[in-house]
Amino acid sequence: MFAPAPFLLKDASVSRVMTQVCLALVPGIAAYAWLVGPAILVQLAIASLAALVAEAAMLKVRGKPLALFLSDGSALVTAWLIALTFPPLAPWWLVVTGTVFAIVVAKHLYGGLGQNPFNPAMVAFAVCIVSFPALMSQWPSVGLQVPLREQLDIILGLAPRLDALTGATPLDALKTALKLDESSVDVAHLLANQDIFGNFAGRGWEWVAAGYLVGGLWLWQRKVISWHVPVAFAAALAAISGALWVYNPAHFASPLFHLFSGGAMLGAFFIATDPVSGSTTPRGKLIFGAGAGLLAYLIRVFGGYPDGVAFAVLLMNLCVPLIDLLTQPRIFGMKDKP
Amino acid sequence: MMTRDDFRTIAHNGIWKQNTSLAQVLGLCPLLAVTTNAVNGIMLSLATILVMALANVAVASLRNLIPHEIRIPVFILIVAALVTVVDLLFNANLHELYLVLGIFIPLIVTNCIVLARVEAFAAKNPPLQSTFDGVFMGVGMLWTLALLGALRELIGGGTLFGGIDMVFPNLSPIQLLPENYPGFLLALLPPGAFILLGCMIAWKNWLDARAAARAARQPPAPVTAAGCS
Repeated sequence: MFAPAPFLLKDASVSRVMTQVCLALVPGIAAYAWLVGPAILVQLAIASLAALVAEAAMLKVRGKPLALFLSDGSALVTAWLIALTFPPLAPWWLVVTGTVFAIVVAKHLYGGLGQNPFNPAMVAFAVCIVSFPALMSQWPSVGLQVPLREQLDIILGLAPRLDALTGATPLDALKTALKLDESSVDVAHLLANQDIFGNFAGRGWEWVAAGYLVGGLWLWQRKVISWHVPVAFAAALAAISGALWVYNPAHFASPLFHLFSGGAMLGAFFIATDPVSGSTTPRGKLIFGAGAGLLAYLIRVFGGYPDGVAFAVLLMNLCVPLIDLLTQPRIFGMKDKP
Repeated sequence: MMTRDDFRTIAHNGIWKQNTSLAQVLGLCPLLAVTTNAVNGIMLSLATILVMALANVAVASLRNLIPHEIRIPVFILIVAALVTVVDLLFNANLHELYLVLGIFIPLIVTNCIVLARVEAFAAKNPPLQSTFDGVFMGVGMLWTLALLGALRELIGGGTLFGGIDMVFPNLSPIQLLPENYPGFLLALLPPGAFILLGCMIAWKNWLDARAAARAARQPPAPVTAAGCS
Protein backbone atom coordinates (compact mmCIF):
# COMPACT_ATOMS: atom_id res chain seq x y z
CA MET A 1 0.00 0.00 0.00
CA PHE A 2 1.12 3.53 -0.74
CA ALA A 3 -0.01 6.56 1.19
CA PRO A 4 -0.49 9.84 -0.65
CA ALA A 5 1.99 12.68 -0.17
CA PRO A 6 3.17 14.30 2.03
CA PHE A 7 5.40 11.53 3.40
CA LEU A 8 5.87 12.58 7.02
CA LEU A 9 8.72 10.84 8.72
CA LYS A 10 8.42 12.51 12.08
CA ASP A 11 5.64 12.88 14.56
CA ALA A 12 4.48 16.42 13.93
CA SER A 13 1.35 16.50 16.06
CA VAL A 14 0.25 19.81 17.51
CA SER A 15 1.06 18.80 21.06
CA ARG A 16 4.61 17.73 20.10
CA VAL A 17 5.28 21.00 18.26
CA MET A 18 3.88 23.04 21.13
CA THR A 19 5.94 21.12 23.70
CA GLN A 20 9.08 21.81 21.71
CA VAL A 21 8.21 25.51 21.45
CA CYS A 22 7.73 25.65 25.23
CA LEU A 23 11.07 23.86 25.76
CA ALA A 24 12.77 26.30 23.39
CA LEU A 25 11.52 29.21 25.48
CA VAL A 26 13.24 27.84 28.59
CA PRO A 27 16.72 29.41 28.02
CA GLY A 28 15.15 32.83 27.55
CA ILE A 29 12.90 32.38 30.59
CA ALA A 30 15.85 31.21 32.68
CA ALA A 31 17.87 34.30 31.72
CA TYR A 32 14.81 36.47 32.40
CA ALA A 33 14.23 34.99 35.85
CA TRP A 34 17.91 35.22 36.76
CA LEU A 35 18.65 38.73 35.47
CA VAL A 36 15.35 40.59 35.77
CA GLY A 37 13.66 38.79 38.60
CA PRO A 38 11.69 35.67 39.43
CA ALA A 39 8.41 37.59 39.10
CA ILE A 40 8.22 36.34 35.52
CA LEU A 41 7.67 32.80 36.82
CA VAL A 42 4.63 33.99 38.74
CA GLN A 43 3.31 35.75 35.63
CA LEU A 44 3.86 32.58 33.56
CA ALA A 45 1.84 30.60 36.09
CA ILE A 46 -0.98 33.18 36.16
CA ALA A 47 -1.12 33.36 32.36
CA SER A 48 -1.08 29.56 31.98
CA LEU A 49 -3.90 29.13 34.48
CA ALA A 50 -6.00 31.88 32.84
CA ALA A 51 -5.39 30.42 29.39
CA LEU A 52 -6.39 26.89 30.40
CA VAL A 53 -9.54 28.08 32.17
CA ALA A 54 -10.55 30.31 29.23
CA GLU A 55 -9.76 27.55 26.74
CA ALA A 56 -11.79 24.97 28.69
CA ALA A 57 -14.74 27.35 29.00
CA MET A 58 -14.73 28.17 25.28
CA LEU A 59 -14.37 24.50 24.29
CA LYS A 60 -17.33 23.66 26.51
CA VAL A 61 -19.44 26.45 25.01
CA ARG A 62 -18.54 25.34 21.50
CA GLY A 63 -19.18 21.67 22.25
CA LYS A 64 -15.65 20.50 21.43
CA PRO A 65 -13.82 17.64 23.18
CA LEU A 66 -12.08 19.13 26.22
CA ALA A 67 -9.25 16.69 26.79
CA LEU A 68 -8.06 16.60 23.18
CA PHE A 69 -7.76 20.35 22.72
CA LEU A 70 -6.67 21.23 26.26
CA SER A 71 -3.72 18.86 26.09
CA ASP A 72 -2.44 20.11 22.73
CA GLY A 73 -0.52 22.90 24.47
CA SER A 74 -1.45 25.65 22.05
CA ALA A 75 -3.15 27.69 24.76
CA LEU A 76 -0.07 27.26 26.91
CA VAL A 77 2.24 28.65 24.22
CA THR A 78 -0.05 31.67 23.79
CA ALA A 79 -0.08 32.19 27.56
CA TRP A 80 3.72 32.00 27.82
CA LEU A 81 4.24 34.45 24.98
CA ILE A 82 1.80 36.86 26.64
CA ALA A 83 3.57 36.57 30.01
CA LEU A 84 6.95 37.13 28.35
CA THR A 85 5.84 40.25 26.47
CA PHE A 86 4.01 41.89 29.40
CA PRO A 87 5.89 43.81 32.09
CA PRO A 88 6.85 41.28 34.82
CA LEU A 89 5.52 43.42 37.67
CA ALA A 90 2.19 44.12 35.99
CA PRO A 91 -0.85 43.48 38.21
CA TRP A 92 -2.27 39.97 37.88
CA TRP A 93 -5.53 41.13 36.27
CA LEU A 94 -3.65 42.74 33.38
CA VAL A 95 -2.12 39.42 32.33
CA VAL A 96 -5.44 37.67 32.91
CA THR A 97 -7.30 40.24 30.80
CA GLY A 98 -4.81 39.88 27.96
CA THR A 99 -4.83 36.09 28.08
CA VAL A 100 -8.60 35.78 28.24
CA PHE A 101 -9.00 38.23 25.36
CA ALA A 102 -6.44 36.30 23.32
CA ILE A 103 -8.08 32.92 23.90
CA VAL A 104 -11.74 33.99 23.73
CA VAL A 105 -11.75 36.70 21.07
CA ALA A 106 -8.59 36.25 19.01
CA LYS A 107 -8.67 32.45 18.98
CA HIS A 108 -12.10 30.92 19.58
CA LEU A 109 -14.39 33.59 18.12
CA TYR A 110 -12.43 33.22 14.90
CA GLY A 111 -12.90 29.45 14.88
CA GLY A 112 -10.34 28.05 17.31
CA LEU A 113 -7.01 26.34 16.77
CA GLY A 114 -5.76 26.76 13.21
CA GLN A 115 -8.37 29.33 12.19
CA ASN A 116 -7.21 32.56 13.81
CA PRO A 117 -6.02 35.18 11.32
CA PHE A 118 -4.15 37.13 14.02
CA ASN A 119 -1.53 35.94 16.45
CA PRO A 120 -3.48 35.68 19.74
CA ALA A 121 -0.55 36.67 21.96
CA MET A 122 0.09 39.80 19.92
CA VAL A 123 -3.62 40.67 19.97
CA ALA A 124 -3.42 40.49 23.77
CA PHE A 125 -0.40 42.78 23.79
CA ALA A 126 -1.99 45.28 21.40
CA VAL A 127 -5.29 45.33 23.32
CA CYS A 128 -3.55 45.91 26.65
CA ILE A 129 -1.08 48.53 25.48
CA VAL A 130 -3.93 50.46 23.85
CA SER A 131 -6.20 50.10 26.88
CA PHE A 132 -3.70 50.37 29.75
CA PRO A 133 -0.71 52.27 28.30
CA ALA A 134 0.69 53.34 31.68
CA LEU A 135 0.74 49.87 33.26
CA MET A 136 2.10 48.30 30.07
CA SER A 137 5.13 50.58 29.94
CA GLN A 138 6.34 50.19 33.54
CA TRP A 139 9.26 47.81 33.35
CA PRO A 140 11.37 46.90 36.36
CA SER A 141 14.82 48.43 36.49
CA VAL A 142 17.29 45.61 35.98
CA GLY A 143 19.50 44.84 38.96
CA LEU A 144 16.93 46.17 41.37
CA GLN A 145 16.90 44.01 44.48
CA VAL A 146 13.31 43.40 45.47
CA PRO A 147 12.52 40.36 47.60
CA LEU A 148 10.35 37.77 45.87
CA ARG A 149 7.69 38.21 48.52
CA GLU A 150 7.42 41.92 47.72
CA GLN A 151 7.29 41.28 43.97
CA LEU A 152 4.46 38.85 44.56
CA ASP A 153 2.60 41.45 46.63
CA ILE A 154 2.96 44.01 43.85
CA ILE A 155 1.59 41.60 41.25
CA LEU A 156 -1.35 40.62 43.46
CA GLY A 157 -2.08 44.25 44.29
CA LEU A 158 -1.38 43.84 48.03
CA ALA A 159 1.48 46.33 48.01
CA PRO A 160 1.35 49.81 46.48
CA ARG A 161 2.97 50.20 43.08
CA LEU A 162 6.09 52.29 43.62
CA ASP A 163 7.29 54.40 40.74
CA ALA A 164 10.86 53.91 41.89
CA LEU A 165 10.67 50.18 41.18
CA THR A 166 9.89 50.59 37.54
CA GLY A 167 11.21 52.52 34.61
CA ALA A 168 11.28 52.63 30.85
CA THR A 169 12.67 49.90 28.63
CA PRO A 170 16.09 50.49 27.05
CA LEU A 171 14.36 51.26 23.74
CA ASP A 172 12.12 53.80 25.40
CA ALA A 173 14.97 55.34 27.38
CA LEU A 174 16.96 55.83 24.17
CA LYS A 175 13.99 57.32 22.33
CA THR A 176 13.14 59.70 25.17
CA ALA A 177 16.74 60.85 25.61
CA LEU A 178 17.03 61.55 21.89
CA LYS A 179 13.73 63.39 21.83
CA LEU A 180 14.54 65.56 24.86
CA ASP A 181 17.74 66.94 23.44
CA GLU A 182 17.89 66.46 19.73
CA SER A 183 21.07 68.32 18.80
CA SER A 184 23.67 67.50 21.41
CA VAL A 185 22.91 63.90 22.35
CA ASP A 186 25.00 61.12 20.92
CA VAL A 187 23.77 57.53 20.87
CA ALA A 188 27.20 56.03 21.52
CA HIS A 189 27.69 58.34 24.48
CA LEU A 190 24.28 57.43 25.90
CA LEU A 191 24.87 53.71 25.54
CA ALA A 192 28.24 53.95 27.25
CA ASN A 193 27.15 56.10 30.19
CA GLN A 194 23.59 55.29 31.12
CA ASP A 195 23.10 52.53 33.63
CA ILE A 196 20.16 51.02 31.79
CA PHE A 197 22.31 49.93 28.82
CA GLY A 198 24.59 46.91 28.94
CA ASN A 199 27.31 45.62 26.63
CA PHE A 200 25.46 45.89 23.35
CA ALA A 201 21.79 46.47 24.19
CA GLY A 202 19.71 46.83 27.35
CA ARG A 203 21.41 45.65 30.55
CA GLY A 204 20.20 42.15 31.32
CA TRP A 205 17.65 42.18 28.51
CA GLU A 206 20.41 41.53 25.97
CA TRP A 207 21.04 38.12 27.56
CA VAL A 208 17.33 37.35 27.68
CA ALA A 209 17.24 38.03 23.93
CA ALA A 210 20.31 35.81 23.54
CA GLY A 211 18.40 33.08 25.38
CA TYR A 212 15.55 33.37 22.91
CA LEU A 213 18.10 33.20 20.07
CA VAL A 214 19.50 29.93 21.45
CA GLY A 215 16.01 28.45 21.83
CA GLY A 216 15.03 29.64 18.36
CA LEU A 217 18.10 28.08 16.76
CA TRP A 218 17.26 24.81 18.52
CA LEU A 219 13.72 24.97 17.09
CA TRP A 220 15.22 25.48 13.64
CA GLN A 221 17.62 22.57 14.14
CA ARG A 222 14.68 20.38 15.20
CA LYS A 223 12.87 21.54 12.01
CA VAL A 224 9.93 22.87 14.02
CA ILE A 225 10.35 26.22 12.26
CA SER A 226 11.97 26.94 8.91
CA TRP A 227 14.76 29.50 8.54
CA HIS A 228 12.77 31.85 6.27
CA VAL A 229 10.87 33.98 8.77
CA PRO A 230 13.58 34.56 11.41
CA VAL A 231 16.25 35.25 8.81
CA ALA A 232 14.05 37.62 6.83
CA PHE A 233 12.91 39.35 10.03
CA ALA A 234 16.44 39.82 11.34
CA ALA A 235 17.81 40.79 7.93
CA ALA A 236 15.16 43.44 7.34
CA LEU A 237 15.57 44.84 10.84
CA ALA A 238 19.36 44.84 10.50
CA ALA A 239 19.22 46.35 7.00
CA ILE A 240 17.07 49.37 7.84
CA SER A 241 18.68 50.00 11.24
CA GLY A 242 22.11 49.55 9.62
CA ALA A 243 21.32 51.97 6.82
CA LEU A 244 20.14 54.68 9.21
CA TRP A 245 23.03 53.95 11.59
CA VAL A 246 25.56 54.47 8.79
CA TYR A 247 23.72 57.61 7.72
CA ASN A 248 23.78 59.16 11.19
CA PRO A 249 25.42 57.09 13.95
CA ALA A 250 24.86 59.90 16.46
CA HIS A 251 21.11 59.66 16.20
CA PHE A 252 20.36 56.01 15.38
CA ALA A 253 21.38 52.92 17.35
CA SER A 254 23.29 50.07 15.76
CA PRO A 255 21.66 46.98 14.22
CA LEU A 256 23.06 44.88 17.07
CA PHE A 257 21.25 47.06 19.60
CA HIS A 258 17.98 46.73 17.74
CA LEU A 259 18.26 42.98 17.22
CA PHE A 260 18.78 42.38 20.93
CA SER A 261 16.28 44.95 22.22
CA GLY A 262 12.61 44.72 22.97
CA GLY A 263 10.75 41.85 21.40
CA ALA A 264 12.91 41.47 18.29
CA MET A 265 14.40 38.04 19.04
CA LEU A 266 11.22 36.67 20.59
CA GLY A 267 9.28 38.05 17.62
CA ALA A 268 11.62 36.68 14.98
CA PHE A 269 11.77 33.10 16.29
CA PHE A 270 8.59 32.55 18.30
CA ILE A 271 5.91 35.01 17.22
CA ALA A 272 6.32 35.66 13.50
CA THR A 273 6.89 31.92 12.96
CA ASP A 274 3.36 31.07 14.14
CA PRO A 275 2.22 28.52 11.52
CA VAL A 276 -1.44 29.58 11.76
CA SER A 277 -1.39 33.36 11.44
CA GLY A 278 1.82 33.58 9.40
CA SER A 279 2.44 32.98 5.72
CA THR A 280 2.76 29.37 4.58
CA THR A 281 4.66 29.44 1.28
CA PRO A 282 8.48 29.71 1.38
CA ARG A 283 8.63 32.97 -0.58
CA GLY A 284 5.64 34.22 1.38
CA LYS A 285 7.49 33.57 4.64
CA LEU A 286 10.40 35.70 3.41
CA ILE A 287 8.04 38.57 2.57
CA PHE A 288 6.14 38.13 5.85
CA GLY A 289 9.30 38.11 7.98
CA ALA A 290 10.90 41.02 6.16
CA GLY A 291 7.73 43.11 6.38
CA ALA A 292 7.41 42.42 10.09
CA GLY A 293 11.05 43.33 10.73
CA LEU A 294 10.78 46.55 8.73
CA LEU A 295 7.53 47.64 10.37
CA ALA A 296 8.82 46.74 13.83
CA TYR A 297 11.78 49.09 13.33
CA LEU A 298 9.67 51.92 11.93
CA ILE A 299 7.13 51.70 14.76
CA ARG A 300 9.67 51.39 17.57
CA VAL A 301 11.91 54.23 16.31
CA PHE A 302 9.43 56.67 14.79
CA GLY A 303 6.21 55.64 16.52
CA GLY A 304 4.86 56.42 19.96
CA TYR A 305 4.87 52.89 21.43
CA PRO A 306 7.76 51.33 23.38
CA ASP A 307 8.16 48.51 20.88
CA GLY A 308 6.75 47.76 17.46
CA VAL A 309 6.96 43.97 17.14
CA ALA A 310 3.34 43.30 18.16
CA PHE A 311 1.84 45.82 15.79
CA ALA A 312 4.22 44.82 12.99
CA VAL A 313 3.23 41.15 13.29
CA LEU A 314 -0.49 42.01 13.40
CA LEU A 315 -0.21 44.25 10.33
CA MET A 316 1.62 41.52 8.44
CA ASN A 317 -1.00 38.97 9.60
CA LEU A 318 -3.49 41.14 7.72
CA CYS A 319 -1.43 40.79 4.53
CA VAL A 320 -1.04 37.01 4.77
CA PRO A 321 -3.97 36.00 2.52
CA LEU A 322 -2.65 38.25 -0.24
CA ILE A 323 0.96 37.15 0.23
CA ASP A 324 -0.01 33.48 0.14
CA LEU A 325 -2.08 34.03 -3.00
CA LEU A 326 0.75 35.77 -4.84
CA THR A 327 3.55 33.40 -3.81
CA GLN A 328 2.10 29.98 -4.64
CA PRO A 329 5.04 27.76 -5.55
CA ARG A 330 5.20 26.34 -9.07
CA ILE A 331 3.82 22.83 -9.16
CA PHE A 332 6.46 20.36 -10.37
CA GLY A 333 6.00 19.70 -14.07
CA MET A 334 3.76 22.71 -14.61
CA LYS A 335 4.56 25.94 -16.43
CA ASP A 336 4.97 29.11 -14.35
CA LYS A 337 1.48 30.43 -14.99
CA PRO A 338 -1.09 27.65 -14.79
CA MET B 1 -55.69 52.22 4.44
CA MET B 2 -53.38 50.83 6.99
CA THR B 3 -54.35 47.69 8.85
CA ARG B 4 -53.11 46.56 12.20
CA ASP B 5 -51.09 43.83 10.50
CA ASP B 6 -49.31 46.40 8.35
CA PHE B 7 -48.45 48.32 11.45
CA ARG B 8 -47.17 45.23 13.25
CA THR B 9 -45.01 44.23 10.29
CA ILE B 10 -43.53 47.70 10.01
CA ALA B 11 -42.82 47.84 13.74
CA HIS B 12 -41.30 44.35 13.83
CA ASN B 13 -39.15 45.08 10.77
CA GLY B 14 -37.86 48.33 12.21
CA ILE B 15 -37.19 47.21 15.75
CA TRP B 16 -35.91 43.70 15.19
CA LYS B 17 -36.00 41.95 11.81
CA GLN B 18 -34.44 44.67 9.65
CA ASN B 19 -32.74 46.52 12.51
CA THR B 20 -30.56 49.25 10.97
CA SER B 21 -27.46 48.36 12.98
CA LEU B 22 -27.87 44.62 13.58
CA ALA B 23 -29.39 43.40 10.29
CA GLN B 24 -28.81 46.06 7.65
CA VAL B 25 -25.52 47.18 9.28
CA LEU B 26 -26.00 50.70 7.95
CA GLY B 27 -24.76 53.97 9.39
CA LEU B 28 -21.62 52.52 10.95
CA CYS B 29 -19.76 55.82 10.94
CA PRO B 30 -21.99 57.64 13.46
CA LEU B 31 -22.38 54.34 15.32
CA LEU B 32 -18.63 54.04 15.88
CA ALA B 33 -17.97 57.67 16.57
CA VAL B 34 -20.90 58.64 18.76
CA THR B 35 -21.74 55.64 20.95
CA THR B 36 -19.02 56.24 23.52
CA ASN B 37 -21.89 56.52 25.99
CA ALA B 38 -25.59 55.75 26.02
CA VAL B 39 -26.72 59.37 26.13
CA ASN B 40 -24.90 60.31 22.93
CA GLY B 41 -26.30 57.26 21.16
CA ILE B 42 -29.85 58.03 22.29
CA MET B 43 -29.69 61.71 21.39
CA LEU B 44 -28.25 61.06 17.93
CA SER B 45 -30.91 58.40 17.38
CA LEU B 46 -33.66 60.82 18.44
CA ALA B 47 -32.36 63.35 15.92
CA THR B 48 -32.28 60.63 13.27
CA ILE B 49 -35.83 59.48 14.14
CA LEU B 50 -37.09 63.03 13.69
CA VAL B 51 -35.35 63.39 10.34
CA MET B 52 -36.45 59.95 9.13
CA ALA B 53 -40.10 60.40 10.06
CA LEU B 54 -40.30 63.83 8.44
CA ALA B 55 -38.29 62.80 5.38
CA ASN B 56 -40.42 59.69 4.86
CA VAL B 57 -43.69 61.58 5.11
CA ALA B 58 -42.43 64.33 2.78
CA VAL B 59 -41.13 61.90 0.17
CA ALA B 60 -44.21 59.67 0.39
CA SER B 61 -46.47 62.65 -0.16
CA LEU B 62 -44.47 63.86 -3.13
CA ARG B 63 -43.64 60.43 -4.53
CA ASN B 64 -45.96 60.78 -7.54
CA LEU B 65 -44.61 64.23 -8.42
CA ILE B 66 -40.87 63.47 -8.28
CA PRO B 67 -39.46 62.48 -11.70
CA HIS B 68 -37.99 58.99 -11.40
CA GLU B 69 -34.68 59.86 -13.07
CA ILE B 70 -33.69 62.61 -10.63
CA ARG B 71 -35.30 61.19 -7.50
CA ILE B 72 -32.07 60.73 -5.54
CA PRO B 73 -31.00 64.43 -5.72
CA VAL B 74 -34.53 65.45 -4.79
CA PHE B 75 -34.53 63.05 -1.83
CA ILE B 76 -31.21 64.41 -0.63
CA LEU B 77 -32.48 67.96 -0.96
CA ILE B 78 -35.51 67.18 1.19
CA VAL B 79 -33.41 65.35 3.79
CA ALA B 80 -30.83 68.14 3.86
CA ALA B 81 -33.51 70.75 4.51
CA LEU B 82 -34.88 68.70 7.42
CA VAL B 83 -31.43 68.03 8.85
CA THR B 84 -30.68 71.74 8.80
CA VAL B 85 -33.76 72.31 10.95
CA VAL B 86 -32.72 69.59 13.42
CA ASP B 87 -29.16 70.88 13.45
CA LEU B 88 -30.33 74.39 14.36
CA LEU B 89 -32.71 72.99 16.98
CA PHE B 90 -29.91 71.05 18.69
CA ASN B 91 -27.60 74.03 18.51
CA ALA B 92 -30.20 76.29 20.11
CA ASN B 93 -31.57 74.01 22.83
CA LEU B 94 -28.85 71.45 23.67
CA HIS B 95 -25.73 73.39 22.83
CA GLU B 96 -23.25 71.36 24.93
CA LEU B 97 -24.49 68.09 23.48
CA TYR B 98 -24.39 69.69 20.04
CA LEU B 99 -20.68 70.33 20.55
CA VAL B 100 -20.13 66.67 21.53
CA LEU B 101 -22.10 65.19 18.65
CA GLY B 102 -20.50 67.78 16.39
CA ILE B 103 -20.30 66.87 12.74
CA PHE B 104 -22.52 63.81 13.12
CA ILE B 105 -25.74 65.82 13.22
CA PRO B 106 -25.18 67.52 9.84
CA LEU B 107 -23.92 64.17 8.58
CA ILE B 108 -27.37 62.62 9.10
CA VAL B 109 -27.92 63.91 5.54
CA THR B 110 -25.52 61.34 4.22
CA ASN B 111 -26.51 58.63 6.69
CA CYS B 112 -27.33 55.70 4.47
CA ILE B 113 -30.21 54.65 6.75
CA VAL B 114 -32.18 57.80 5.90
CA LEU B 115 -31.66 57.51 2.16
CA ALA B 116 -32.22 53.75 2.25
CA ARG B 117 -35.64 54.10 3.91
CA VAL B 118 -36.67 56.97 1.66
CA GLU B 119 -35.68 55.06 -1.46
CA ALA B 120 -36.80 51.59 -0.38
CA PHE B 121 -40.00 52.43 1.48
CA ALA B 122 -41.28 56.00 1.30
CA ALA B 123 -40.95 56.25 -2.48
CA LYS B 124 -43.31 53.28 -2.86
CA ASN B 125 -45.78 53.57 0.03
CA PRO B 126 -48.41 56.03 1.27
CA PRO B 127 -47.49 58.73 3.83
CA LEU B 128 -48.97 57.06 6.94
CA GLN B 129 -47.08 53.79 6.51
CA SER B 130 -43.95 55.72 5.59
CA THR B 131 -44.11 57.80 8.75
CA PHE B 132 -44.37 54.67 10.90
CA ASP B 133 -41.53 53.07 8.96
CA GLY B 134 -39.30 56.08 9.61
CA VAL B 135 -40.18 56.12 13.31
CA PHE B 136 -39.70 52.39 13.88
CA MET B 137 -36.49 52.14 11.89
CA GLY B 138 -35.31 54.96 14.13
CA VAL B 139 -36.50 53.15 17.26
CA GLY B 140 -34.53 50.10 16.15
CA MET B 141 -31.48 52.30 15.80
CA LEU B 142 -32.23 53.94 19.14
CA TRP B 143 -32.20 50.82 21.28
CA THR B 144 -29.17 49.37 19.50
CA LEU B 145 -27.14 52.54 19.87
CA ALA B 146 -28.29 52.97 23.47
CA LEU B 147 -27.29 49.40 24.36
CA LEU B 148 -23.97 49.67 22.51
CA GLY B 149 -23.23 53.01 24.14
CA ALA B 150 -24.13 51.70 27.59
CA LEU B 151 -21.92 48.62 27.15
CA ARG B 152 -19.03 50.72 25.87
CA GLU B 153 -19.09 53.23 28.71
CA LEU B 154 -19.61 50.50 31.31
CA ILE B 155 -16.65 48.45 30.10
CA GLY B 156 -14.56 51.46 29.21
CA GLY B 157 -15.06 53.55 32.33
CA GLY B 158 -17.45 51.84 34.71
CA THR B 159 -20.13 54.53 34.40
CA LEU B 160 -23.61 54.62 32.91
CA PHE B 161 -25.34 57.59 31.28
CA GLY B 162 -22.23 59.77 31.25
CA GLY B 163 -23.02 63.20 29.85
CA ILE B 164 -26.66 63.07 30.92
CA ASP B 165 -26.14 66.44 32.62
CA MET B 166 -25.94 67.94 29.13
CA VAL B 167 -29.57 66.96 28.52
CA PHE B 168 -31.01 67.13 32.04
CA PRO B 169 -28.81 69.49 34.07
CA ASN B 170 -29.99 68.17 37.43
CA LEU B 171 -29.09 64.51 36.76
CA SER B 172 -25.64 63.00 37.05
CA PRO B 173 -24.03 59.84 35.61
CA ILE B 174 -24.20 56.59 37.59
CA GLN B 175 -20.93 55.03 38.75
CA LEU B 176 -21.68 51.31 38.51
CA LEU B 177 -18.24 49.80 38.98
CA PRO B 178 -15.91 50.71 41.87
CA GLU B 179 -14.03 54.02 41.64
CA ASN B 180 -10.66 52.32 41.19
CA TYR B 181 -11.81 50.36 38.13
CA PRO B 182 -8.93 50.98 35.73
CA GLY B 183 -11.12 51.34 32.62
CA PHE B 184 -10.80 49.10 29.59
CA LEU B 185 -10.02 51.87 27.14
CA LEU B 186 -10.36 49.63 24.08
CA ALA B 187 -14.15 49.59 24.51
CA LEU B 188 -14.25 53.36 24.06
CA LEU B 189 -12.10 53.28 20.92
CA PRO B 190 -13.57 52.47 17.47
CA PRO B 191 -12.25 48.85 17.47
CA GLY B 192 -14.15 48.25 20.71
CA ALA B 193 -17.34 49.43 19.03
CA PHE B 194 -16.73 47.02 16.15
CA ILE B 195 -16.06 44.09 18.50
CA LEU B 196 -19.13 44.79 20.65
CA LEU B 197 -21.33 45.37 17.59
CA GLY B 198 -20.10 42.03 16.24
CA CYS B 199 -21.08 40.37 19.54
CA MET B 200 -24.52 42.00 19.39
CA ILE B 201 -25.08 40.83 15.80
CA ALA B 202 -24.05 37.32 16.84
CA TRP B 203 -26.49 37.52 19.77
CA LYS B 204 -29.35 38.56 17.43
CA ASN B 205 -28.51 35.79 14.94
CA TRP B 206 -28.36 33.28 17.79
CA LEU B 207 -31.79 34.33 19.07
CA ASP B 208 -33.23 34.19 15.54
CA ALA B 209 -31.71 30.77 14.89
CA ARG B 210 -33.09 29.48 18.18
CA ALA B 211 -36.54 30.86 17.41
CA ALA B 212 -36.44 29.31 13.92
CA ALA B 213 -35.41 25.94 15.35
CA ARG B 214 -38.21 26.08 17.91
CA ALA B 215 -40.77 27.02 15.24
CA ALA B 216 -39.59 24.14 13.05
CA ARG B 217 -39.94 21.66 15.91
CA GLN B 218 -43.48 22.65 16.85
CA PRO B 219 -46.42 22.00 14.56
CA PRO B 220 -47.89 25.23 13.15
CA ALA B 221 -50.36 26.79 15.57
CA PRO B 222 -54.00 26.48 14.60
CA VAL B 223 -55.46 29.63 13.09
CA THR B 224 -57.70 31.42 15.56
CA ALA B 225 -59.88 34.45 15.31
CA ALA B 226 -57.74 36.32 17.82
CA GLY B 227 -55.70 38.07 15.14
CA CYS B 228 -58.77 39.57 13.49
CA SER B 229 -60.42 41.23 16.45
